[in-house]
Amino acid sequence: MKENYTGAPANRVDGRAKVTGEAKYTAEFDIPEVAYGVVVNSSIAKGKIKRIDTSAALALPGVLQVFTHENRPGYTWLDSHYQDEDSPPGSPFRPLYSKEIMFSMQPIALVVAETFELARYAALLVQVDYEMQPHETDFKANLKDAYRPKKYKSTKPPEPRGDAEGAYDQAALKLKETYIHPPQHHNPMEMHAAIAKWDEDGKLTVYDKIQGVQNSQKYLSNAFGLKPDDVHVISPFVGGAFGSGLRPQYQLFLAVLAARELKRAVKVVLTRQQMFSFGHRPNTLQEISIGASTEGKLESVQHHAYGETSRFEDYHEDVVIWPGVLYHCDNMKVSHQLVGLDVYTPLDMRAPGGSTGIFALEIAIDEMAYKTGIDPLEFRLRNYTTTDQSKGLPHSSKELKECYRQGAERFGWDKRSMAPRSMKEGNQLIGWGMAHGAWEAKQQEASAKVVLSPEGKLTVSSATADIGTGTYTVMSQIAAETMGLPLENVTFLLGDSTLPKSPLEGGSWTVASVGSAVKLVCQKLQEDLLKLAQKMENSPFKDAQPEEVSFANGQMFLTQAPASSISLLALLQQNEGKPVEAEATQKPEKEQKKYSSYSHSATFVEVQVDEDLGTIKVTRVVSAIAAGRIINPKTGRSQILGGTVWGIGFALQEHTVMDNHLGRFMNHDLDKYHLPVNADTPATDIIFVEEKDEVVNPLGVKGLGEIGIVSVTPAIANAVFHATGKRIRELPITLDKLL
Amino acid sequence: MRPFSYTQSPDVTTAVQEVSAQGAKFIAGGTNLLDLMKIDVMSPSHLVDITQLALNTIEETPDGGLRLGALAKNADTAYHELVQTRYPLLAHAILAGATAQLRNMATDGGNLLQRTRCYYFYDTHTPCNKREPGSGCSAIKGYNRDLAILGTSEHCIATHPSDMCVALAALEATVHVKSSQGERAIPFAEFHRLPGDTPHLDTNLHPTEIITAIELPAKGFAQHYAYLKLRDRASYAFALVSVAAALELEGDTVKEARIALGGVAHKPWRVPEAEALLQGKPASKENFRAVAEAYLAGAKGYGDNTFKIELAKRAIVRALEQAISMEGKS
Repeated sequence: MKENYTGAPANRVDGRAKVTGEAKYTAEFDIPEVAYGVVVNSSIAKGKIKRIDTSAALALPGVLQVFTHENRPGYTWLDSHYQDEDSPPGSPFRPLYSKEIMFSMQPIALVVAETFELARYAALLVQVDYEMQPHETDFKANLKDAYRPKKYKSTKPPEPRGDAEGAYDQAALKLKETYIHPPQHHNPMEMHAAIAKWDEDGKLTVYDKIQGVQNSQKYLSNAFGLKPDDVHVISPFVGGAFGSGLRPQYQLFLAVLAARELKRAVKVVLTRQQMFSFGHRPNTLQEISIGASTEGKLESVQHHAYGETSRFEDYHEDVVIWPGVLYHCDNMKVSHQLVGLDVYTPLDMRAPGGSTGIFALEIAIDEMAYKTGIDPLEFRLRNYTTTDQSKGLPHSSKELKECYRQGAERFGWDKRSMAPRSMKEGNQLIGWGMAHGAWEAKQQEASAKVVLSPEGKLTVSSATADIGTGTYTVMSQIAAETMGLPLENVTFLLGDSTLPKSPLEGGSWTVASVGSAVKLVCQKLQEDLLKLAQKMENSPFKDAQPEEVSFANGQMFLTQAPASSISLLALLQQNEGKPVEAEATQKPEKEQKKYSSYSHSATFVEVQVDEDLGTIKVTRVVSAIAAGRIINPKTGRSQILGGTVWGIGFALQEHTVMDNHLGRFMNHDLDKYHLPVNADTPATDIIFVEEKDEVVNPLGVKGLGEIGIVSVTPAIANAVFHATGKRIRELPITLDKLL
Repeated sequence: MRPFSYTQSPDVTTAVQEVSAQGAKFIAGGTNLLDLMKIDVMSPSHLVDITQLALNTIEETPDGGLRLGALAKNADTAYHELVQTRYPLLAHAILAGATAQLRNMATDGGNLLQRTRCYYFYDTHTPCNKREPGSGCSAIKGYNRDLAILGTSEHCIATHPSDMCVALAALEATVHVKSSQGERAIPFAEFHRLPGDTPHLDTNLHPTEIITAIELPAKGFAQHYAYLKLRDRASYAFALVSVAAALELEGDTVKEARIALGGVAHKPWRVPEAEALLQGKPASKENFRAVAEAYLAGAKGYGDNTFKIELAKRAIVRALEQAISMEGKS
């Protein structure tokens, strides 16, 4: 029994449901009489729809309606009603709002028909004439018009400290370089989908692919003028999201609109191509200047970022906080500006800002290490910081040095020769590179409910999501351990807007937030059970305080006198056959504000580069992670493995290609948008470094969803430099850049 | 996807009759055609299913060659004992392409007829002369990393995506075709076309003809060969540049050299005059480089793909070196 509690590698409680197909994803829900909607997207990036002719589509028997800006019903069109929990400052996109085209592949019509095949065919028959206007999608060409947003979506870039420019001028060694990464799209395995069904009493039931059902609930109630209680959003399984499901996407709005007008259930599933028609990780350019002493001490760091955004929202992410988090340096200056383009608003994507900023910073640091002639790991040790200078706070815990030590030892870093091109085998150049990273350990307010049935079965619930991360499993482990019940007696429910309030599943904060609420509600249940026990005749618990009792093996007992025990089943009989219920909300403790909390990583990578052909193969990865307490090393390892594979794709492959003549992303399928295949992924060694943190949250966890990716990309870039002597500062690092 | 009618043909005679109807196309493995139909790049009004035709055998020919039935699956071909032993270059090329799942479905005849993977060809919202003659080529001034550097025209710079065909070009296979008018044999070098001003035509196969077999001549170059494929990831990616190299050696001297390039042109690219430069010469890196230079003479880059010119030269040299050493091959 004990082996399934926290800290143990429990198998996924939903594993069987997933492999047997019993687990239902949004598009798989079988709703009687459902009609099918297929979206028509714009061909142009900017302009107006002159004419949209739906007659040929409507003439097909079985086509129910074609919704466009011309016939859309007049619901609330106040743009603030379209905001959601993850909206950047600005005016959110409103589907079918007007004839105006603001980005290529903008949804401009929804064809609804009796069958999917018919809807897909009819969508081809919708004729659109455009009045084209010149578009701007060329990020580099528009850098000159970069601006500082009035409001920052994420953290406002930290204020300057010291005199970064002066210290740079006087530094013995100087580096000033520009780092670029391209747009990238999320591409989870499951495409975005929604099914909407209006009940006769005017209530709405929706199945949606989303990282937070209550975000969709709020969005729909605002956009359609409904009471929140009349909107029920369901999303029990999510086939990956990586941030693409943080905001309600247009398929949700369109399905609900069509269902309301047609008075029947409507399903809208996006195609893989349409997965490139909304948010993405923005094209970003970073200028980094570093001044250092010959002994390798950082004298000055300047980090200035330029990120792409849309014309209608100011998307910004934490790209430039990292020098202050990761290094000690008293002279720092950072900034973040935006470049408005005729594209859809960028969208948080796994480790937003972190993977972007750390990629550039960690290559720059490697470059400076080479200028000083100091080993890159030693260089980082010489500039180690025990405080987060960007906030001026101490770390609540930071075992990064232990990540360095264990990672370097496992990798054999001490056998590395410093000079580039010094580790050749035949025509393969061998390179070893490293980098480190961090990701903030946040906790959000979250609520949870628990029901203990008379049969001793525990049902715990919260409206969070499981986007493949293992939420079902980890929450069940926390509850089972707290209540001293076997894991199989615990069921965790999520993905339903009627459940207790939960934040979006994102930011690596779900275990910290929802897990802490689960622990709290179980503790509350324990108190209720103690009260029940105290009502019994001759109860040994009569004078016991909650902290004096323990729960294990289905028993409640006095911690100091374990023989004084009662089984939960016997206790439940005292409740007249009724279940015992509790609900609780866990907020972050005030104490947390006195500290800065981050998870940390150190990644060591080996690459082989063909000296003539430039082909790159990552042959070895060691990642050491310090992320507080690890609730489940098995699902946790999967998170870090996934981050590692992503880091390989980030460094070597991922790139959404913008054709600036057409203003359109062109490689919009998985044949042309490359992600790593199995043959690209090497043996990966993951080390969880022990880290105790009593401040960060009641569980002492820091989250694993994002820390796995951030240091992999720069470690690969640094290894490629070590192999070839070529410093590639624009991603992806493809073979042509090494010829 | 547009509606279409569908019939299954019992024999070749019926099949070629049925395909002569307006808008009709054959379907076998469907690994490319169905994708293109789903995104409305191709929209046949009638599909003639040929999977039941008796064209899936692999047999030896009287003159010592091998006849691959048009409906033999790519996977079955690559793992066929006679292909593995006599034509290992072909086996390696097939296995460098697509994925195991696709190779299990795709047929040898269909492999010859697959369409380019140019981004613009795949997106009906953009101009493309191959998809819609006269609409213009978006790729020439657009994103062309994957596209052609040899044999291009002002109308089209698409590449033929096959790996298998690169080996078939080097091996000088013959394509047997049949129609209601009779049969003919097309030398491999004449099967695929250059884009010129008819980029919508990929091959010289008439719309009413069916491929019945691909015939390999007796000479398989099983002693010295290499298929080198350079791409942006290790599997499931089309070639930036690929090289099928086959050598016949006498000691250190080259008796005959065959080189075909993939990923660089509208068809597998061969330059027999350049190959001839090696004839009777020592198999040295300098001589290989001289052939490579001759192969790429006249190559033209379009910006994103200009790197392919030098990459192709280096790939030719490496493939020839691998063909000499046969390192890592059993």
